Amino acid sequence: MEKINRRQFLLQGGISAMSLALGSNIVFGKHLPAGWLPVALEENTVFEPLPGKHPELVILNDRPINAETPAHLLDDLITPNDLFFVRNNGLAPNKTSIDPDKWTLQIDGEAAAKKQAYSLPELKKRFKHYTYQLTLECGGNGRKEFNPPAKGNQWSTGAVGCAEWTGVRLKDVLEDTGIKSNAVYIGYYGKDQHISGDPKKEPISRGVPIHKALEEESLIAWSMNGKDIPLLNGYPLRLVFGGWPASCSGKWLERISIRDRIHDGAKMKGQAYRIPCKPVAPGSKVEDKDMCIIESMPVKSLITFPKTGAMIKKGQSLPLRGHAWAGDLRVKSVSYSIDFGSTWKKCDLRAPANRLAWQHFSAEIAFPESGYYEVWAKAEDENGISQPMLLPGWNPKGYLNNACHRIAVKVS
Amino acid sequence: MSISKMIVLVSAGSILYAAFSDYFNTSSTPPYPTTNLSTEDDWDKIENGIHLKTGLIYDRGFDQVRANCTVCHSAKLIIQNRADRDGWAQMISWMQQEQGLWDLGKNESVILDYLSTHYAPLEKGRRDNLNIAEIEWYILDLE
Repeated sequence: MEKINRRQFLLQGGISAMSLALGSNIVFGKHLPAGWLPVALEENTVFEPLPGKHPELVILNDRPINAETPAHLLDDLITPNDLFFVRNNGLAPNKTSIDPDKWTLQIDGEAAAKKQAYSLPELKKRFKHYTYQLTLECGGNGRKEFNPPAKGNQWSTGAVGCAEWTGVRLKDVLEDTGIKSNAVYIGYYGKDQHISGDPKKEPISRGVPIHKALEEESLIAWSMNGKDIPLLNGYPLRLVFGGWPASCSGKWLERISIRDRIHDGAKMKGQAYRIPCKPVAPGSKVEDKDMCIIESMPVKSLITFPKTGAMIKKGQSLPLRGHAWAGDLRVKSVSYSIDFGSTWKKCDLRAPANRLAWQHFSAEIAFPESGYYEVWAKAEDENGISQPMLLPGWNPKGYLNNACHRIAVKVS
Repeated sequence: MSISKMIVLVSAGSILYAAFSDYFNTSSTPPYPTTNLSTEDDWDKIENGIHLKTGLIYDRGFDQVRANCTVCHSAKLIIQNRADRDGWAQMISWMQQEQGLWDLGKNESVILDYLSTHYAPLEKGRRDNLNIAEIEWYILDLE
């Protein structure tokens, strides 16, 4: 109620009243969109669970909402909906404004044979349904560790999850509309709103090259683990491209353009979701023209059991569990070390449920004597590339940190 | 309805809910406590140099940062980032070019002083130690 009052106060009083409330002048406040409630008056560090999300997700930013999952809460083989991380670039649409029966997806673009719209019920009726476990990881997962620091959400290890997605193949829908021979890329557009409140600005509009779009596992999905997709993860419809930066997988999906060029929507150009085409020294300034778009994500693993800080008795063996994934590739092996990489032992590793699903590893660890230990895990992909123990190559925006995950253990 | 009447109703509702919560506890209720939303006091309290509502360090420049930065994004985004003066200036410039931030005028230098003083880069190497002080040690029952 107090919030409603503040909003009314603002709408009636305008910028001067807002400045008064904040105790400081907002210079050029006249540029603020009309009728827009500034966050400053809603600012709140009191912990409130995000709608549809577990209260132990770590909230990095609440406008737009960004929240990650602590490693030990990712122990499920398939990530439950309430534990799946949230990385929003804009503001999610209001759930009450969404009628899934009336939701439409439009296909268009220079390389589309025609412009065509499909309602969500029509998509479900006309095309065959597929269900895949697909791993989604934010390109900036692990950003927190880069030095010098990169700006943006300081993700630790928890911007990753693997859910079971159900929908139709993007390929089937694009082919139904008709793909011309000049197709290069697809770009998506969603119903989310730019955080400036300016309806003419897109928060994010990315996509993938046509070859990735036409893969069998590339889905237009309406279901996550057999339920509606949570609002914050794109309800009622989204793209899912396993193994690529999750920002490729557009949420609140309303439109897909089949492009005759690399898609040029918001966060496709400049430095966003790009890394230097050639390696650079830490702290380097890199020109936009020397930055290349991130595609398949690098090999990585996460220890999900035990939670860091476990104390066990001498003589007990420690069960170890976790997941490993490698972008478009399969994980060949996972090893663990309790002596900071001096020696490595192989974990048991399960085959993926399907292509682009994360794989589960486990081991039983014996400790030679009492003391402080760190358990480090290291995965290797099918091409023999493995995770570094130190930070990988520095890049200006802090993407692709796939350094080994480790936990602390005491034996007494 | 007046606000005070509504508050009374909401409070009464909370008490009733608490008293009969078992009856409301269906499977759709999340298995964790939810925050009591009626706590709206201490709006601008400062403790140990921290402005509680935002989590920002309370010092010269706080008001300008609060007024110009948290209008568009959470203070959490400021607190978790680290940069020198030049780095913060670049972020401001990026927000002006890409995100609709206005010209900060004479406030810019005050804001940059504040950010580069209180949210400067921390010295760290190619990989940090695990933060031992932050680890919550627990006995893992393996029986």
